[in-house]
Formats: sequence, C-alpha cells, structure tokens
Amino acid sequence: MSKQIDIKDLDIFYGDFRAVDGVQMQIKPRSVTAFIGPSGCGKSTVLRTLNRMHEVIPGASVSGEVLMDGNDIYGAGVDPVNVRREVGMVFQRANPFPTMSIKENVLAGVRLNNKRLSKTEADDLTERALRGANLWNEVKDRLNLPGSGLSGGQQQRLCIARAIAVEPEVLLMDEPCSALDPISTLAIEDLINDLKDKYTVVIVTHNMQQAARVSDKTAFFNIAGTGKPGKLIEFNETSTIFSNPDTEETENYISGRFG
Amino acid sequence: MTTMNTTTEAAVSKPAKLTSKQLPKATPWIVAVASILVAIVISFIAFGGFNIPVVAVLAGLINAIAVFAVSASYEGRRKAVDRIATTIVTSTFVLACVPLISLLWLTVSKGGAAISGDLLTRTMLGMKGVLDQQYVAGEATLAGGFYHAIVGTVLITLAACVISIPIGVLTAIYLVEYSNKNRLGKAITFLVDVMTGIPSIVAGLFAFALFSTIANVLLPGAAGIAKTGFTAAVALSVLMIPIVVRNTEEILRLVPMDLREASYALGVPKWKTIVKIVLPTSVSGILSGVTIAIARVIGETAPIMVTAGFAKTLNWNLFSGWMSTLPTFIYDSQLRPVSPGAAALASSERAWAAALVLVALVMVLNLLARIIAKVLAPKAGR
Amino acid sequence: MPISTQTTESGPTGPGSTPESGQKPPQSPATRQQKAVVRPGDRIFSAATLIAGILILVILAGVALFLLAQSKDTITAQISDPSQITGGKGFFSYVWPLVIGTLISAAIALIVATPFSLGIALFTTHMAPRKLAPVLGYVIDLLAAIPSVVYGLWGIALAGNLTGFYLWLSKWFGWIPIFAPAADGSVSQTGRTLLTASLVLSIMILPIITSLTREIFLQTPRLQEEAALALGATRWEMIRMAVLPFGKSGIVSATMLGLGRALGETMAVAMILSPGVLTASLVVSGNQTIASEIAQNFPEAAGLRLSELITVGLVLFVITLLVNMGARAIVARTSVKGS
Repeated sequence: MSKQIDIKDLDIFYGDFRAVDGVQMQIKPRSVTAFIGPSGCGKSTVLRTLNRMHEVIPGASVSGEVLMDGNDIYGAGVDPVNVRREVGMVFQRANPFPTMSIKENVLAGVRLNNKRLSKTEADDLTERALRGANLWNEVKDRLNLPGSGLSGGQQQRLCIARAIAVEPEVLLMDEPCSALDPISTLAIEDLINDLKDKYTVVIVTHNMQQAARVSDKTAFFNIAGTGKPGKLIEFNETSTIFSNPDTEETENYISGRFG
Repeated sequence: MTTMNTTTEAAVSKPAKLTSKQLPKATPWIVAVASILVAIVISFIAFGGFNIPVVAVLAGLINAIAVFAVSASYEGRRKAVDRIATTIVTSTFVLACVPLISLLWLTVSKGGAAISGDLLTRTMLGMKGVLDQQYVAGEATLAGGFYHAIVGTVLITLAACVISIPIGVLTAIYLVEYSNKNRLGKAITFLVDVMTGIPSIVAGLFAFALFSTIANVLLPGAAGIAKTGFTAAVALSVLMIPIVVRNTEEILRLVPMDLREASYALGVPKWKTIVKIVLPTSVSGILSGVTIAIARVIGETAPIMVTAGFAKTLNWNLFSGWMSTLPTFIYDSQLRPVSPGAAALASSERAWAAALVLVALVMVLNLLARIIAKVLAPKAGR
Repeated sequence: MPISTQTTESGPTGPGSTPESGQKPPQSPATRQQKAVVRPGDRIFSAATLIAGILILVILAGVALFLLAQSKDTITAQISDPSQITGGKGFFSYVWPLVIGTLISAAIALIVATPFSLGIALFTTHMAPRKLAPVLGYVIDLLAAIPSVVYGLWGIALAGNLTGFYLWLSKWFGWIPIFAPAADGSVSQTGRTLLTASLVLSIMILPIITSLTREIFLQTPRLQEEAALALGATRWEMIRMAVLPFGKSGIVSATMLGLGRALGETMAVAMILSPGVLTASLVVSGNQTIASEIAQNFPEAAGLRLSELITVGLVLFVITLLVNMGARAIVARTSVKGS
C-alpha cells in the first residue's frame, strides 16, 4: 500500500513567477523522506504539488511530471480529486472539522468515497485508523465528542488518523510538529517510524534534528535570493547529508552558517 | 493550468485510479443552449407562443435534470452532484440579476423619456389637472416639475447630517477609546443594534410625536406646526446615527494600538491623540461610511411623509411649513395624480423622471463612497 | 471584522510623577497607585463623547416614550368606548389583521429570498472566477441601494403581468386557502395583492441577507477548506463539509436581520397594495401590513385616527424589537455551542 514517486523536471509557478526550478528526485516506497531548507525555499510548495493542492491557489500551475508508480498525476485526463484520494495530507496546524465528532472526523474522507459503511465496518475502520495514529487508547471512550476538544498533539494525531483512514498510498506531512510541544512532537515522530512500514511518507520540516531523527533520505532545498526560484540542491541518504554532504551549500546550512 | 506528457502504463502493485472520464469543457454550455431550445418548442406547443417566464422556468428545470443525468451516467455520481450544485448556484445568481436589470431598464427608459431640464427647474406651483390632460392628448409638453423636491432633499439630508455625524462619531469614539467595555458601553452597543432595526416609519412617527408633544406643551392646539423639514431631519437622524456609529466604530478599531501608544509615549494627551492621529488615519473610512449612510437615508420616504407632509411649492425654511423630497414626490405623484383617470399617466411620468434622478443620485453617492475610501486611505505599503 | 484592540485608559504622565529608583519605601496598595493628572482638554473631550453615548439611550427611550404619549388617546378610547376605533370593534380587532398581514408578507419574503441569497453568496465566494468578485459585489450593493419607493413604482408597473400566474395558481392550487380565488372564481385584476408585495419585498431583502452571508462564507478558515480538499472532496463536498457548517449561525443571524427589514418595509408595500378586506387568499386584492396602513392613511389623519396610527406604529416597533433581540439571542447561543 505505498507507491514510488518519481519527480521529473518539475517547475512550479505562481502565475508567471517561477517559484521552484527543475526538481528531480525519486522517492522509494515505504520510506520517509524529509524536505529541509531555509524559509521560502519552496519545500512546502513542492510538497503540495505531490497531491495537486498547489493548484487550489488561483493562478498557480506546474510543468513537468510527477509519477506515482509510473502514472503521471499531471497527465491528461487526470482528475485532481482522484489524486487527492490516493495521497493523504497532514497540515502544519491541526484542522479537525469542528462540527464533527472524533469518529466522524476519522471517517470523513472515507464517507466521501463510499457512502455505504455498515456500523461494524465503520467502527472497525475508526479503531484501526486511531490505533494507527497512536490515539485509540486516549479517545476510545469519547468517540462521539467533538474533535476540537482535544489537545494540540491529539488533534494532530486525529488528523493523521483521518488521513490514513482512506488508506492512501502516500502520506504528506507539512511541518506537522511545528505547532506542538516537545512531548507531542516525540509522540508524532514515533508514529512516523511506525507509519513508514505501510506508507511512503514525505515530511517537510524546519527542524534539522527532526529530519535526522525520522527520515531515511533527505532533500535540501535552497533559494538564491528573494525573487529567484527555489532549487533542489542535494538529495541523499540522511546519514550522508548530515555528516558528509556532497555540496558546500548543504554543508553551510547543516552547520548553521545560514538558515 | 496543467501540462502534458503521456502516462506510462507501468506494471503496478495496485491499479491507479487517477484518471476518470470527464465531460468536455463545453458541455454545460451545450446542455444549457439545448435546454432553452427545447423549452421554446414546448412553449410554442403548449401556449402557442413565446412566453418568456415559462421558457425561462422550463429551460432551468430541463437544464438541471439534463446536467445531472448526463454527468451521472458518464462521470459518476459524485461529479454529477458537484455539477448540479454549480448549476443551481449559478442559476440563482442569474435569476437575481433579472429584477435588477428589469428595474434599471424601466427606470432609465421611462424616466429618461420623460425627463427634461424643465422638470428639474420647475415646481408644481400652479399645476392644474387640465395641463396634464392637454399633455396626454399631445397638445402640450409635460408641465410641472420637482425642483422643490430636489431642494427639499438637499436641505433635509444636510440637516440630518449636521445632527447625526457629530453624535455618531463622538459615540463611536466613546465606545472605542473610553468605554473599556464597561456596562454603559455594552448598553450603548446593544441599543445601537436595536436602533439599526427601527423601521423607518416608526422613526418618522417618533419625530412627529416628539415635536407634536412639544408643540402641544408650548402652543396648545397648534399641533399641526409639528410637520416641518426639521422634524423630518430628526427622523432621518434616528436612522443615520446607528449606521454612522457602527461604521466609525469598526474603522476606529482598525487603527492599531501601537499608533496610539507611540503618541502617548511622546507625551501627547489622549484627546489630542484621538483628534490629531487616530481620526486623520481613519478619516477615509469614516467619510466613506457617512456617504453610505447618506445614500441610505436619501431614498427614505415613509419618515419624511409623516413628518414633513407633501409640499407642492418651493420651501427653503426647514423650521416652518411642509417640504417635499424626491422620494415623497415620487410617492405622491404616483398615488395621488394631479388629474386622476386617463391623464394620470402624466403624473406617473413625472414620478419616473424623479425616480431616475434619485437612482442616479444614489449610485453616484455609492461610487463616491468607494472612491473616498480608496483615495483618502493612508498610503500603506501593502 | 473589526480587530478589537484593548483600549487602556492612559492618562498622560509628566516628568516628576514617577518615583525615582532606589527610593521605594514600602507603600500600601492604596497609596502606591498615583492618580494621574487629568488635563482639561481630556476632560472636556471625554465628557463630550460620554454625552453623545448617553444620547443614544435617551433617543431610544424617547422613541418608546413619545409614541406612548401620542397613543394616549387611543388607549383611553379603547378603555372607555371601543367602538370609536376604526372598524368599530376595538383596537385589537383593528390591529390584528394588520399584524397577520405584516407577518405573512415578511415570512413569504424570507422564504423566497433566503435560498437565493445563499446561492448568490456561494456563487460569489466559491464558484465565480476570482476577478469577477468585486463586480458581483457591486451588483448586489446596487440592488441594496435602490430606494424602496422606486421598487414600489416598479412593482406597480409589473403587477399586471402576474395576473396570469395567479389565475394559474388558483386553478391548480386553489384548494389551498392562500391560493383560493374569489367567490366568482376570479383573481385580482390588477395583480396588486399581498403576494405581489411579498415577492417585491423578497427582492428588497435579498441584498442584505446576501452580503452578510457572503462575509460569513469568506471567513471560513482556509485550513478547513484545505483539509476537505486534501481528503479528495469535490468542490461541492468541500462546501458542504467546511463552509456551510462553519457559517450556520451566521446564516441564521443574516436571515433574521433580513426578517427585521421585511417587517418594517413600508413604501414598496404601501404602493403595491390596494386596500381591501382581510382575506386568507393571497391572489386576491385585500390584506394590509402595518407599515403600509400607516403610510396610506397618515397624511389625512387627525385626532383619534392619528393616535390610532401611532399606536399601531408602536405595535410594529415592539414586534421588530422582539425579532431583533431574538435574533441576537440565537446568534449568541449558537456561537457558544458551535465553534
């Protein structure tokens, strides 16, 4: 239940402005890849092209190919809605639907796809997703209470449960811990380690130590200056990037000479 | 928006369901045109002619059903539901434009046909039914005019501004700068809310009752003198004040606290800070809001009717005698024509001409409000 | 939405009022708080604003008071000799049909206008191309700006076109009392019925409900919308999952504001309605609303009749007051429960 992602010659535009230039990388299934880089370098933008959320912004567009197991998600006749059902996303700030209970939140994505879920199927799926997000024990007694009543870390894990309930191929996480305290962050990092057994995970993070902790491979993006496009500088095994990077730019970022 | 490149069908562990059958982009337009044609045909068969409302309703229904059926069979149920939602929502917008266009069209065509420089500069002084009868028979031009109504509109609205702007702005300043959400502030906010809901005729009745009671006390038996232009201005103020307060309050709250604190830190007293720093920063918003309030009350009829009566001649005195405004002139002309019966048409035409002037005035004021908001706004580096 | 800033009562501090450092003898809280010097300019200015604020209370109290004062004659007449009141059967049987007429016309206007308002607001915020948004907003503002007397003119001009529709209604739906034809099977010849007035009314309250609802929809948190889209929702599903639930209480308050406006709307209704007997049927002439009754009869009224009309106006004031306060109560309750 996970896919290989091939990004080929990806350019990302906001209107006429080229925001990211020429990304090329291959992400293996059942791995965790981290995108790191300074603010504004385009790492979140690249992430959002992987589930065609980038084009939700008016005027935004993309050129190049993004292949999931060989199928270009930007190919002719591809419906973005279908792409988003295959690729799950967790956002920087937890966004459970406030008018829905915990259970309804988990099932929100599934309900969109197949309306007919028997009660036992629904319960099973909810439990599976919540266990998968390491949240089951904490909420199993209050599944019918609103999702907004949980703590920040729990809400984020609820969003993860919601994302994995639809059994996606790929899971995208856009700085999932940046709004959380260290304990919740640790819980989610442990969770990512478990998730990688089943999904291809791509995570954007500002926190280099986090990237070093959770990812198998790391991609370092950088931007030459304001108004210039962001670029992929180096894509390598995490251990290599953080101990012996190929390029000097990466070395400078890692050692904190800029950021 | 998205580009090219062919998909490569590689052997995969799980079949990709990324592509789906999609209707060509022009489909909604084709279906819409087809629905209209079908509706016209039905209209001819059932009603023997081209009946606009019937065609419109039928076309809408057929279009909705067709869109759903076509999309559901080809694209799947979810996409069909999405399409029909878009169709219905778009239809509501199109339908809402119809009365607007119809109204503007009637106003411009009927008013434009009747209007003339004479109408704008004459009053109804010396107006007789026979003059209208001559007009309808084609023997004379349209007599009468509404210059007195224009004058009345200007005077009464100006007086209302003089009353409501200071009260409104000062109240807003109290609420934002001084009240600190104390009980009085909360009470005032609540009551301003209540005031926004007062029906305009009740505001008129209040002003009339107020001045009648005063008149009864000061000059018993002469209650009739309560109907003046000034009474009308007071009635309009009751309607204007809450709008000015609401709007000014919102604008003042937008001024960042940092600005005030910078001023205090320089040793500037509070009242001066408000007058010289906060108000100038928000002047564009305040003026724009005042213009909108004016645009709203300038079209009011009921309160003027019950407070200033209906005048036929020019009256420059706000404090004595009845006054006409454009809206009351329109109402009076349409419902109490100078020459009832066949020649009522003439009064109706005068009414439409006045309506054209009124609508033009209101639109200009609205535009002015937008321009003021843009032009006078402090140059922000946005 | 206005950003609420905390206003602090900061009196100006001049040199010499701050204690010198190093010299802080222990003080009780009462003496430690130094009363800042208040300048005369500040005093006058703040007094002026306070007076303006209090004036609001005075005006509102005044409205109630003076209306009551002028209603005195009617009340005494009702107590002493009810047959003096128009209609000959006392005040309540006089005002009751008016109240019904007012409520019915407002209800119809609301029922017709609300779905359209929701649709237009959705169209403007989520479905139309971005660049069209200001134009669409201006179109709606235009509908709002047109004075009601002009709507009245328009209604009169077009009322005749509706007679065919009313005839059709009475033929097919005449078994429902509101669409029943008159005794001889006819409907209004001029089309100037309560139904026509209500339809024109619905067009008039459409802009206010639309613009308020539009504001609400624009405030839907982007994060919620994106959460729905990221799950693979179509645009309509996203609206159903994120936009509409978020805007529920706002929509209710917008419709109640529209209701308040409909209840008080005078001119268009007064111009369209031709006087007649109260009847259950909406396709036959007759029926009257409070505001329209006042408008049509006030100019020639004097004495007791005048007082009657003012009393009726007081009744309208109370009704709209209750509706407005009810609307606020609903908003307060739903916004506490919901988000």
